[in-house]
Amino acid sequence: MNNKIINWFKFASPQSFYPLAGRMIPWFWALTAIFTVAGLWISFFVAPTDAQQGEGYRIIFIHVPASWMSMFIYLVMAFWAGLGLALNTRLSGMMAQALAPTGALMAFLSLWTGAFWGKPMWGTWWVWDARLTSELILFFLYIGFIALQAAIDDPRRADKAGAILALVGAVNIPIIYFSVKWWNTLHQGSSVNLAKSSMAQTMLWGMLLMALAFWMYAIAVALTRARAIILERERHTEWIKEVVR
Amino acid sequence: MQWNSVGEFFAMGGYGLYVWGSFGVCAAAMVIEPILVGKRNRDILASLKRERLADEIESQQS
Repeated sequence: MNNKIINWFKFASPQSFYPLAGRMIPWFWALTAIFTVAGLWISFFVAPTDAQQGEGYRIIFIHVPASWMSMFIYLVMAFWAGLGLALNTRLSGMMAQALAPTGALMAFLSLWTGAFWGKPMWGTWWVWDARLTSELILFFLYIGFIALQAAIDDPRRADKAGAILALVGAVNIPIIYFSVKWWNTLHQGSSVNLAKSSMAQTMLWGMLLMALAFWMYAIAVALTRARAIILERERHTEWIKEVVR
Repeated sequence: MQWNSVGEFFAMGGYGLYVWGSFGVCAAAMVIEPILVGKRNRDILASLKRERLADEIESQQS
């Protein structure tokens, strides 16, 4: 009976995760391509012109996915970091490290596309309001995590220090998410919620497809980076010598 | 479809700078990041191969 259960801990070792990730990466790139083509098609050719914002609203199709991913990747990163602290598994720290640069990029893209949307609609590239400021803090948390890990030579100690930063910083995620409810802000409320969506159906579909595209992209890049990190950190182990044979 | 010409598509109803400034930077970032990560992968693999070669030469000489 026991042999029917997948031993998940097996994949927690870099040695078995490395080839597994290698097999998964092409599939995630294929999904990225499919969702991107479908999402862009809807974004530009199917979704109608917005009654208030004209064609300028089309920035939503990348702004919202980038913002969602910037928060989601942070939570996944904090989860791996916490797991690493609790179980002291080698792979956890590597996964957290592999996610951070992609998360930082998503936070940057969220801010950038937000600025390019804010300028024509609000008349300003930037305001110090709750939503924008907390997203900027998220970007700095990612940068801080990367810098802290880079500053500590011993990788296992770097993992521990980074993990604490990642876990403490996770408090910022609900602050970003609820900022539009808690404070008066220039930023609009969420356009999507479970009960009733305020958007046209095609706009919603375009946004969801683009979100899936960003998601698959993030997984593909993070797995590729995780493989590089595994090789860098495990370079003096025996199994790595088999990999390059 | 709401576009009557290619020019109209790129003009984005007067929001061209903002729409393409967003999508352009996004596209550039998501092309450059995988290239950099791929380079990091190739670099470490090349370094490991050199190390392995050096080990082999060393063991042959001894």
